[in-house]
Amino acid sequence: MEPINLSTKADATPNAQRGKLLVAGALGLAFWYLIYIQLEPFSFFFAYSLLGLEKGSHLGEAIQFFVYDTPKVMLLLTLIVFVIGMVRSFFTQERTRKYLAGKRETSGNVMAALLGIVTPFCSCSAVPLFIGFVQAGVPLGVTFSFLVAAPMVNEIALVLLYGLLGWKVAALYLGTGLLIAMVSGWVIGRLKLEHWIEDWVQELRAGEAIVMEEKLTWTDRVTRGREAVRDIVGKVWIYVVAGIGVGAAIHGYVPEEFMATIMGKDAWWSVPAAVIVGIPMYSNAAGIVPVVEALLGKGAALGTVLAFMMSVIALSLPEMVILRKVLKPKLIAVFIAVVGMGILFTGYLFNLVI
Amino acid sequence: MEIKVCGPGCASCEQAQKTVEAALVAKGIEATVTKVTDFQEIAQLGIFSTPAVVIDGEVKCVGRAPQQKEVEAWLG
Repeated sequence: MEPINLSTKADATPNAQRGKLLVAGALGLAFWYLIYIQLEPFSFFFAYSLLGLEKGSHLGEAIQFFVYDTPKVMLLLTLIVFVIGMVRSFFTQERTRKYLAGKRETSGNVMAALLGIVTPFCSCSAVPLFIGFVQAGVPLGVTFSFLVAAPMVNEIALVLLYGLLGWKVAALYLGTGLLIAMVSGWVIGRLKLEHWIEDWVQELRAGEAIVMEEKLTWTDRVTRGREAVRDIVGKVWIYVVAGIGVGAAIHGYVPEEFMATIMGKDAWWSVPAAVIVGIPMYSNAAGIVPVVEALLGKGAALGTVLAFMMSVIALSLPEMVILRKVLKPKLIAVFIAVVGMGILFTGYLFNLVI
Repeated sequence: MEIKVCGPGCASCEQAQKTVEAALVAKGIEATVTKVTDFQEIAQLGIFSTPAVVIDGEVKCVGRAPQQKEVEAWLG
């Protein structure tokens, strides 16, 4: 099998145009940064000077939190969605599939989990993607590593965690999310469950469309980034604002350490409860993170909260319903069980270590 | 001209459908636009990521909703 080039092809952008893009990018970034560093002082000015609220009061804290966090998160979100939109123009599902088809298990699980982050994917695309992987001979376990990583390691969740809770929590989320995807896929591969794929998928004689490889210039990639911002930020901003609103209310009004009793380290049952409660809940990553931040601020344990968040975004009921078209119920049950165990383990681990 | 828009019917598939129709109106071209929602049928076309746009048997784009300008260029 010939090696498939996952990197970009010869770039056709003229030098002058590339220079213009670089200058525009640098200016944009500088402008972005200038606004970003003004947000915190502005929120204090707004809540305590302009509205004249008392420092330390419930309403004052809630409003200052909201006025600071909303623009901060929106700015971070816009930047990262733009960058990811550009990065994703280098990766397509077609290339990822061809690349994984030549992989063995184990190294395949690792690659699939990593590609799961950067390959464009939406949950309704899971079924065609699954069929494509099976037809291309990608091992079942490797396919699952991809299917777990793609929703679990979410760039929006990552940037929100970074913005609201710092880089350590964001790194923990990224690392454990990848690890769960790799290990769950590997375990499912070891279980040899190929016979639990719906028969029609294996019998299907799929066509082989000749898809024209697009030649993208840097201008095109910037356009893809801008489209991503318009699509994604345009869709999720309302969840972000609502999430931060809930977060602000918790921040201002729920007493410190309130969550410690039900979601703290000493409540051993809270981790499995968080995972189970998270499965039927289906939220955008953008909406769940501000709530996570507020819960943590009130004494909930990090492991429990991460487990809850991962369960909400990685194990979603609507996706299971879609996957039912290609997987027999037993395989879906195994999928939920294996990933759920991974999340559970992560939750306990963090509660133990931190 | 025969156009197929493939996708199970999520938001981005709807988007692709609308874009194609808008492009047809803008160019003043008559064409039959078929929605392909069956996964089996989609796979038989050799398409494994959605949404996808097929014009006269030629797969023009997969895995994303195209921009109207692009569709207009495909229509010729």
